[in-house]
Amino acid sequence: MTAPISGPISGAKPSGWKANQRKLAPWLFLTPGVLMFMVYVIMPIFQSMWISFYDWDGLGAKTWIGIANYVELIDDEAFYTSFKNNILWLLLYMLAVPAGLMIAIFLNQTIRGMRFYKSLFFFPFVISQVVVGLMFSWFYAPNFGLLYNLIEWLTGSGIAILADERYVTYGIIAAGLWPQIAYVMILYLTGLNNVAPDQIEAARLDGAKGWKMLWYVIIPQLRPATFIAVVVTVIGALRSFDLVSVMTDGGPYGSSRVLSFYMYEKALSEYGFRMGYGAAIAVVLFAIMMVFISGFIWKMWRDETER
Amino acid sequence: MVRFTKGALAVVATLMMSGSAFAEQRVLKYNADFDATPLAGMQALIADFEAANPDIKVELNNFDHEGYKTAIRNFLTADSPDLANWYAGNRMAPFVAAGQFQDVTDVWDANNLGDALGATKASMTIDGKQWGVPYTYYQWGIYFNRDAYKAAGAEEPKNWEEFVANCDKFKAAGIDCLTTGTKALWPGAGIFDYLDMRVNGYEFHMDLTAGKVSWTDDRVRNVFKEWARIQPFITANASAIDWQDAAALLVQGKAANYVMGNFAVATFKQGGMTNDNLGFMVFPEITPGLPRAEEAPTDTIHIPAGAKNVADAKTFLAYVASAEAQTKLNATLGQLPTNKNATVDASDPYISAGFAELSSAYALAQFFDRDAPAEMAKAGMEGFQEFMAKPERLDAILERLEKTRLQVYK
Repeated sequence: MTAPISGPISGAKPSGWKANQRKLAPWLFLTPGVLMFMVYVIMPIFQSMWISFYDWDGLGAKTWIGIANYVELIDDEAFYTSFKNNILWLLLYMLAVPAGLMIAIFLNQTIRGMRFYKSLFFFPFVISQVVVGLMFSWFYAPNFGLLYNLIEWLTGSGIAILADERYVTYGIIAAGLWPQIAYVMILYLTGLNNVAPDQIEAARLDGAKGWKMLWYVIIPQLRPATFIAVVVTVIGALRSFDLVSVMTDGGPYGSSRVLSFYMYEKALSEYGFRMGYGAAIAVVLFAIMMVFISGFIWKMWRDETER
Repeated sequence: MVRFTKGALAVVATLMMSGSAFAEQRVLKYNADFDATPLAGMQALIADFEAANPDIKVELNNFDHEGYKTAIRNFLTADSPDLANWYAGNRMAPFVAAGQFQDVTDVWDANNLGDALGATKASMTIDGKQWGVPYTYYQWGIYFNRDAYKAAGAEEPKNWEEFVANCDKFKAAGIDCLTTGTKALWPGAGIFDYLDMRVNGYEFHMDLTAGKVSWTDDRVRNVFKEWARIQPFITANASAIDWQDAAALLVQGKAANYVMGNFAVATFKQGGMTNDNLGFMVFPEITPGLPRAEEAPTDTIHIPAGAKNVADAKTFLAYVASAEAQTKLNATLGQLPTNKNATVDASDPYISAGFAELSSAYALAQFFDRDAPAEMAKAGMEGFQEFMAKPERLDAILERLEKTRLQVYK
């Protein structure tokens, strides 16, 4: 091996590039990504905040109205409905984490054809959210839906889940949980592959089994998988737009709206085009997301510096 | 890179050559949102137009119907065509206000359209000027299943009292007196519009949709009082049903009446109904002696402000407005021509009934979501949907609508 050693040769006068190569190289590699991120993520965030102070229909002239959009938002029933539903989504979506873990543990055995069963459980995550939404709305549909007819057969009168303001959000969340559980399951299945067999062996010698084994030996080793599962579930709950749009369009009379859908309705839908008001909703949604995002970043940063 | 440049040069050269070959032909760009059948009708109209004007070539750029509603806002400001489809009434007001549509009053004057298109002139007029040309409209009314009437032993109602009285008979026979599917919100607005126009009349309805009357006014409450009489007989869970699914209920005889637009006839017939068992009636009178106004949403063509070929676009508008063109186009559309000199297919009972209904009407409304501004329309239609599910919340609904009114019309 006689590869030439790179770096300044003693005696020669180092040029700016040569001297700072090591410092500059990472920035050069980062530049395209940073530029994209600035143009497509950071700038739009500030633009949205800026637009939220205007009254603008997207076509005509913008009018500066200060915080009037936010004042209106505070007095807007629909905003609180959306906000409440967002909280419901966040809480109930978390069920995907334990449910995914249970299925993953259940599927983590060596039986003939296990791969086939695993792929069956993974199936809902592969199909598009729009298809999931359609399937569930047929499932719930009055007159011909399977669930509706089942309830009618059991109790004598059917319940149209998506037409009842009391159940509609739960109905949509249930539809969302189906693929989300499959997603979490896959994360845990890969995590379970990395559980150290010698520790399980040792725990078994010490007499641990059942719940104790799961709680004190397996789950602590699955911490990285749990972290990712919680992150994707929180994000999934906050951006729950497609299912609401496909299944109910926010109805009946707006009772299944979430913030992301309400923002779309006000800013971009057929009856909307209040860009400023939509932007104000987006800013509020961003603030909520920011709580979680900074929490996650803080945790990741702490984990990295501890090592 | 060199190769690519050469290729591009070749393409440009070809384009220039083809351009010079048809130098005398002027291009007219037309953005539209037709479904399959209307598209065929408009293509035939364009072919006729090009035959009559060999020096003009119309380039039809057809969009998906729903996607068009957002796309138009982009292409009007970015890459404007010479012609664009849209709707009459308040739906075109934002574009007129933003200066995106051109004033075409000269086309109306030069072709004496004020007389020929008299029924729709008001809905095309803003600030005393006309901003486009209507090419079709269709009537609304009550479509009903004669078999369901027979099964319940009910007679075709002649007035509102008989209509309401029939509902008990349908109830006894296990049939929904009135069906609707408000998942997409708008079908409910058809019921409200008719009740309001029959209880309070056209002028009041226009004032209400223009934001001049309070939603908590007693006259608005009177409308809901009539609505409450039939509310228990409307298909349950309507808010989870698409309008097509409600149409299926009518076809199957599970529902008797449906307040709908004439476009639904195709759906009823696909479901197996025929001219024999599908009936149509004008919405019955409620307040005696009120002049009869009808619902007739109008589809229109406009010239965007950024159009490059305005002269030919106006020629096209004049052609679309003509009686011959509208007769032929609307025969394909299965709708009504807006030109009163055009003729309709006499063998189609719904078209003939609609033509008679609209040409004898005192005034025409566009539809709630075209007469009222977008935001008010949305809030209103949600209120109607809520009222049909929870009539006891009427006060809360009306107060919310009043709050929206005060915000929307400033």
